[in-house]
Amino acid sequence: MGEFVKQHVIDPEICIRCHACEAACAIGAIEHDDVNVVVKADVCNECMSCIPVCPTGSIDNWRLVATPYTLADQYGWSELPPATAPATAPEATDATVAALIADAHGGTARAPASASKPTINLYPPSKPIEAVVQGNYRLTAETADSDVRHIVLNFEGRPFPVLEGQSLGVLAPGLDWLRLYSVASPRDGERPGFHNVAITVKRSGACSNYLCDLKKGDRVRIAGPFGATFLTPDDPDARLLMICTGTGAAPFRGFTMRRQRQPKGSGDMMLVFGARTPDALPYFGPLAKVPDNVLRKLFAFSRVAGAPKQYVQDRLMDEAPEIAERLADPRTHIYVCGLRGMEAGVEQAFVSIAESVGLSWEALRETLRAEGRYHVETY
Amino acid sequence: MSLDVDYDTLIPNNVGLSSDRRVLKALEKWHPGYISWWNDLIPQQFQQSPVYLRTAVSVDPKGWAKFDYVKMPEYRWGVLLAPQVDDRRIPCGEHAGEAAWQEVPGEYRAMLRRLIVIQGDTEPASVEQQRHLGLTAPSLYDMRNLFQVNVEEGRHLWAMVYLLHKYFGADGRDEADDLLRRSSGSEEAPRMLGAFNESTPDWLSFFMFTYFTDRDGKMQLESLAQSGFDPLSRTCRFMLTEEAHHMFVGETGVGRVIERTCEAMKAAGIDDPYDVKRIRDLGVIDLPTIQKKLNLHYTLSLDLFGQEVSTNAANAFNSGIKGRYMESRIADDHRLSDATYPVWTLVDGKLTRQDAPALTAINMRLRDDYTRDAAGGVGRWNKIIEKAGIKFELTLPHEAFHRQIGVFSGRHFGPTGEALSAEAYAAGAKDWLPSKADGDFIQSLMKPCFEPGKYAGWIAPPKVGIDNKPGDFEYVQLHMA
Repeated sequence: MGEFVKQHVIDPEICIRCHACEAACAIGAIEHDDVNVVVKADVCNECMSCIPVCPTGSIDNWRLVATPYTLADQYGWSELPPATAPATAPEATDATVAALIADAHGGTARAPASASKPTINLYPPSKPIEAVVQGNYRLTAETADSDVRHIVLNFEGRPFPVLEGQSLGVLAPGLDWLRLYSVASPRDGERPGFHNVAITVKRSGACSNYLCDLKKGDRVRIAGPFGATFLTPDDPDARLLMICTGTGAAPFRGFTMRRQRQPKGSGDMMLVFGARTPDALPYFGPLAKVPDNVLRKLFAFSRVAGAPKQYVQDRLMDEAPEIAERLADPRTHIYVCGLRGMEAGVEQAFVSIAESVGLSWEALRETLRAEGRYHVETY
Repeated sequence: MSLDVDYDTLIPNNVGLSSDRRVLKALEKWHPGYISWWNDLIPQQFQQSPVYLRTAVSVDPKGWAKFDYVKMPEYRWGVLLAPQVDDRRIPCGEHAGEAAWQEVPGEYRAMLRRLIVIQGDTEPASVEQQRHLGLTAPSLYDMRNLFQVNVEEGRHLWAMVYLLHKYFGADGRDEADDLLRRSSGSEEAPRMLGAFNESTPDWLSFFMFTYFTDRDGKMQLESLAQSGFDPLSRTCRFMLTEEAHHMFVGETGVGRVIERTCEAMKAAGIDDPYDVKRIRDLGVIDLPTIQKKLNLHYTLSLDLFGQEVSTNAANAFNSGIKGRYMESRIADDHRLSDATYPVWTLVDGKLTRQDAPALTAINMRLRDDYTRDAAGGVGRWNKIIEKAGIKFELTLPHEAFHRQIGVFSGRHFGPTGEALSAEAYAAGAKDWLPSKADGDFIQSLMKPCFEPGKYAGWIAPPKVGIDNKPGDFEYVQLHMA
């Protein structure tokens, strides 16, 4: 089988030929006749400028094809040809950032069906925005061996529209390339309407040292937002199963806060959270205050003196019947976020739990991925 | 000049208002009048309801559509101009090729002011025409679309008022005040253009209006976007992206009405689209009535293009104030010194197209562009009917039919363009234009449907939600007082 390429196409059944996309395209990749609006496959660079201006959503269609559809093909359509392979909108328009995200997501992923449309690359790495540090708080106890910080950034009224689960890039002075951090706050800000953005940073390298040392009022260069699939469903009936270690909790803080600010639905939330010790677990205090009927919490600690080592997969196995029930529910969305090493253990637990109820995890995972209900972000 | 919108001042903007004290003060003085106009207009229960609206956070396309709940009076109406193009040139007329004007050229001041005032006058007018529709919305989805259209028309008013305040001094301020003084359908101070004093009594009228009449607005904005006066060009370019949403509401709205009618006919085993009584008994709008509504709104909108041959239009083009649709893509000298354009005229009582100087035929050309643009959606609607296997085809009537302005006015023509006697026209009119009884029937269907995910029986749900929302999304969180 030959190489597939991703092609941007427009759904002629939904398009109303307003040509707003054509006007927004800076490189002339879109044109029209009296019937259809079409995209030149060899010109489009997936910059995504045409996506928000489309009033219908017809613009946001992607196909994986062996040979791109010609303009003549597209002019002849009265409906989109059936998709032979799934394709999704890009996560970032910058190749390096896109590669970083693809690596973290373990390949191509799909957003939840009910997720809001993300804005990506509003500020590319070449044209970052300056944010002001509003606060920088240590989340882990002074006695803990890890220094994890909650850093709140203020964009001084300028737009930085993020969705929970997206990332932003930090350009530290003197470093050659940006580092990505998950957004830890909900879309409307730490406090509703304040539109500030929080990130969770563990002191571990040059960029994170720079961030952890920032003082209130310091200015920092930010690119983004990035990421278009690791997003929360907006459907309040969707059930969330969130599994994380360490700073992998950041997006789930955003997910949880978003949920709490939305009209209540029937969907529940479960968080499986692993750390070495309770005092090394970011947001342990605030998390403990969220009632269990809003967010069911399962903690796994691997270095508590006198207690057996527990990892997230062990907690999943402890609650196997409950997890199995969730795996089988088509409303369930699963998220895994944390250090790369956690993925294998979680996979093993899912294989075993699925098997116990007569399901094949491998097949189930494919379905979940295809439906935008299984998301991995590891680093 | 920034791409980002400054939210520091009362009026969000990307035109540096915070450092332009004179204009900022003038706009802040105008603002309370605007807010009270808005508050008096829209029924209170809707004013207090969070509506899932789209707001621009940047005029860069990527920041163009942020969705969130907002109460309409708290919507941040702003002044947003498309990014400045480096070294932009005047695209047409005797100044073609010269640097675009950043200030109003003295000799064209009056003409520019008039064009801006006419454009500005239509914006609040349509909000006034549509003010009662929320009460009979066929769904929360449609109610949200109505309010999105309304707040954007409000923002378009702001855009024009900014230009008046910024570039036209005391005259401009007076004109801006008058935009709030005139009112659609008013006896003493009506809106400037006829079509904007007609009421929008029901949702089918609203969809037809947004499809046909807002499309005239789109064509006017397209020609003003070509203006050699750069601030006007940039304002209109940004407004066009918003206008696209209105086109969307109209085209999909009419399409959904047609879809529901076809579906109900099929379910009831009715093949004959002219079996009006039985079809209406199903609680849906029969296709012949939809054709009549189309005839009415299309022809009213054609009148908005003015006289076919017009020296005013020629002057506006020649002076570089207003271009043609897609001026930059037309391959000619952009001056039209010798060019001709075929224009409708009457020769011995017969309709024919005759070449006239292209310069004076600017309106005719724009109207032809409009008709071609409007025909596209009619084709889509017919596909819905065809798919349902019903033998019926919607058509745009001949441009001569039912006209009050231009070469056809004061005479009688049928929908296919045939000249008729007054008697023959009067006899046919009931089949061509909606009657009072047709209006009453449509009105009888206008019952609100406010449950999330539910739709009134005369209209089909949309294919896709706004901002990718699921079918039962609560687009308006109705305030229950």
